[in-house]
Amino acid sequence: MKGRTLKALGARTRRLGLATVAATAALVLAACGGGNIHNSNTSAAGGKSCGNLNIAVNPWVGYVVNAHLVGQVAQTKLGCTVSYQDVKEEVGWQGMANGTIDTVLENWGHPELVKKYITQQHVVQDVGLTGSDGIIGWYVPPWMAKKYPDITNWKSLNKYASLFKTSESGGKGQLLDGDPSYVTNDEALVKNLHLNYKVVVGGSEAALIQSFRTAEKNHKALLAYFYQPQWFFSEMKLVKVDLPPYTPGCDANAAKVACDYPPYKLNKVISKKFADSGSPAVKLIKGFKISNSDQNLVATDIAQKKMDPDVAAKKWIDANPDKVKAWLQ
Amino acid sequence: MTALQERPATPVSKEEQPYVDTAPRRRTGLWLGVIAAVWVLGWLLLRGHNTLALAFQDTTGFHTWLNGIRDSVQLAASRGNWFFNGVIGTVTDALNSAITALQHLLSLPAPPRPVPQVGWLGVVALLAWVGLAVAGWKSSVMVALTLLAFGFFGYWQDGIDTLIITSVAVLICVVIGLPVGIAMARRRSVSAATTPVLDVLQTMPSFAYLTPLALIFGIGPAAAVVVTVIYSVPPLVRITEHGIRSVPTGAVEAAESLGVTRGQLLRRVQLPMARSTIVVGVNQCTMAAVSMATIAVLINGPGLGKPVQAALQSLDVGTAAVAGLALVLTAIMLDRTTTAASERSGRQAHPGRLSTRNRRWVILGALVPVAAAIYLSRLYLGLATFPTSVNVGPRLSSGISSFTDSFVNVVDTATNAFKNLVSYAFLNPLQSLLAETPWWLMAAVLIALAYVLGGWRPAASTVVCEAVILATGLWHDTMITLTMTIVATVLVMVVAVALGVWMGRRRRVDSVIRPVLDAFQTIPPFVYLVPALALFASSRFTAIIAAMAYATPIATKLVADGIRGVSPTTVEAAESAGVTTRQMISKVQIPMSREALVLATNQGLLYVLSMVVIGGLVGAGSLGYIVVSGFSQSQLFGKGLAAGIAITALGVMIDRIMRYSAARYGRG
Repeated sequence: MKGRTLKALGARTRRLGLATVAATAALVLAACGGGNIHNSNTSAAGGKSCGNLNIAVNPWVGYVVNAHLVGQVAQTKLGCTVSYQDVKEEVGWQGMANGTIDTVLENWGHPELVKKYITQQHVVQDVGLTGSDGIIGWYVPPWMAKKYPDITNWKSLNKYASLFKTSESGGKGQLLDGDPSYVTNDEALVKNLHLNYKVVVGGSEAALIQSFRTAEKNHKALLAYFYQPQWFFSEMKLVKVDLPPYTPGCDANAAKVACDYPPYKLNKVISKKFADSGSPAVKLIKGFKISNSDQNLVATDIAQKKMDPDVAAKKWIDANPDKVKAWLQ
Repeated sequence: MTALQERPATPVSKEEQPYVDTAPRRRTGLWLGVIAAVWVLGWLLLRGHNTLALAFQDTTGFHTWLNGIRDSVQLAASRGNWFFNGVIGTVTDALNSAITALQHLLSLPAPPRPVPQVGWLGVVALLAWVGLAVAGWKSSVMVALTLLAFGFFGYWQDGIDTLIITSVAVLICVVIGLPVGIAMARRRSVSAATTPVLDVLQTMPSFAYLTPLALIFGIGPAAAVVVTVIYSVPPLVRITEHGIRSVPTGAVEAAESLGVTRGQLLRRVQLPMARSTIVVGVNQCTMAAVSMATIAVLINGPGLGKPVQAALQSLDVGTAAVAGLALVLTAIMLDRTTTAASERSGRQAHPGRLSTRNRRWVILGALVPVAAAIYLSRLYLGLATFPTSVNVGPRLSSGISSFTDSFVNVVDTATNAFKNLVSYAFLNPLQSLLAETPWWLMAAVLIALAYVLGGWRPAASTVVCEAVILATGLWHDTMITLTMTIVATVLVMVVAVALGVWMGRRRRVDSVIRPVLDAFQTIPPFVYLVPALALFASSRFTAIIAAMAYATPIATKLVADGIRGVSPTTVEAAESAGVTTRQMISKVQIPMSREALVLATNQGLLYVLSMVVIGGLVGAGSLGYIVVSGFSQSQLFGKGLAAGIAITALGVMIDRIMRYSAARYGRG
């Protein structure tokens, strides 16, 4: 009995072995048409060699657009070896401090990181605005704004709190938040504006988008943290809830915040080490500019049409040669 | 197969040992009733007072103190401190350049070449040969198939990177772990000093040390290897110690009587005799390393974790499934190869059919085609980069995605209703009872429970652990996490007992279900988060489901083994007395495998607890989310670290209570 099982097992493995050999042989045959390998010419079109460019990639699609636009240009026009490092915002700054990351291409404020790494340690430099404006706020799906027109004013939020109740919100209304790394004052806002809501964590950009889609499809209530520039607005016109207007300094004390998020002027930062390296990519990053609508265009290609980020970036670069030219001057 | 014949040797039935029950009557039931009454009464009267709730963005002095330490470490590093730049810097650079060199050799273009030094054909041949050399030709086939799967799925580079990180980490583990394990086996004092450290390393959630280590080693491959080593070295150390300890004393005494030195004893007797056990340790270490290498992508480690993590961010079920499948194949391949290696090293002590010399010739001879494959792969582009024309990954993943989308669209109302049912009926009331009772009452209740169930020792551990939790300033969040842990464990045990009894009673069922459980145990937990999210949205319940997926296999196997271990004589006696199937299960088999049930519950609970942080990624909130946030928000660094400490304290506390009460009641 035992002998027979072993034999059967042997036969099976032998078949597997044959399959492997066959698969490999087929691949070899398919692959041999590929031709010989020649060493690549390192000094590409750019002339002066660029070396490595390490770009941080933060977890939202808009950022991915900036990263790959700069990466594509650096690779094709300057001959850089580009590598993309998937990190959260804080880790990206940390990486610039210890030299593993060269640049963050869409920075949302972060006064505490600016103070620490730019003002105190001098390891990071601000290299100007990206040209897109960031808006953070609370949004509801379109059907809600239509049915409850006054919901866009924060003062009526308490009236509708019971609509937003879920199993996670402990009897109060639910305010859904995003990735744990995002800039948020939501807990303080709920407390200081005396709203009968509880902040519930969603976990990611995708979780927020999924929730908005389900809410619109099933006409379910949803109040969530969201932001622009954001490709999803081309699919669904979310409506922003107005909080008490922002005045400079009203968010100085994080625990006492009772006003809307400030309008963000998004900027680019690079590490000191990279700035001093003389790489031609430094100039490219300084010159890089992108408008909200251009970023959304590429982001829609990536997120909705599932295009590879590099392919989507190349498509936009080919269509906008003069804008790209301006970055390099 | 042989388990069945061996089991009955241990007497388990009461009839065979009638004199056992001499312990004093304890009236446990009465005391538990009193505790519960006081607890519920206190909750009714004082609900919401003194709960020590701390808002998410708020921090305590302890947290800011930890932030301060972080800042001074960073400042020291940026100013060129001898330790951080000298010692750590050298280690980091060495690790990074070693890994980059391996990547250039096998997976990444090595400038000025547009491709790696060795192309895919060469890599397949080379690694298949390694499989042949260490484990035999079946493993060699398995290695080749797994590598080809990387290529067909379109994850060639990520797959090879995972193998690189895992093998570098395992190598370091062996270099560190073996001497430590040997020292522990030879000196009680070393063992006593090291064991608590290993305990903490194994209970501490790995996320908690990701940020501090990334701070010291920088993000990238070096830090990824270091976290992987920290996570996977404890099992190797423990099993090595155990292996050397269990060398029969007769052999050791015989050698000593021949007058060998301690060094000779180790090299000639203890190590060879413990060899196959040590290889089992390497196997456990490798499995832990694969799953940690997946998580290490969060600090920018290379590997298959990258596509899984990206899919988690974009809720792309298809990509997660395909990349996850590649990971599972990797895990199975490494498991089988190291197991086969361990079996072979066991056999080598007693020479088999193929003599060692013949084998050596076969292995050496096989090098010829390997060399040819490497040469060809350096020559032709198509043999260097895996042909994209055969890449079935995207098609596979979009197929899986659209299937799940339509599936989710059909069932999401039902799954949401189920989620709501469990949340409102079970989770919310229990959470209110645990987290909204005043902290001093809750602390007293836990101490009293520990005392009544296990005696003064677990009660003392509970006091210490509670003090630690209070010091972290996260009492309220810890109680919420405890609630989810309890609910998840109860659900795990419901499934485990149902499946386990079925498997234990019917061998055919066992042979069908067991491989499924094995497969589930090899899947890195990251992989099933995406489908769980798609079905239940982000909520505490989703986290509970993920924990169940992780903990149910081990608990089920333990229950099944326990049921099967019930003495056949007892079962036959009960049968001849004419009991029904139901009576047989509830009156004979379950009571008689009580010990196994307690063990299964304990293991299930610890596995659930180790998923707390992963649960934080999918909406669990509380401690898990704080750990994750501490990882990504500068001002929450200290709070995240404190949450890691709180999880460790919670784990130690529950484990002590369970272990002592199991010792008291497990034997019935």
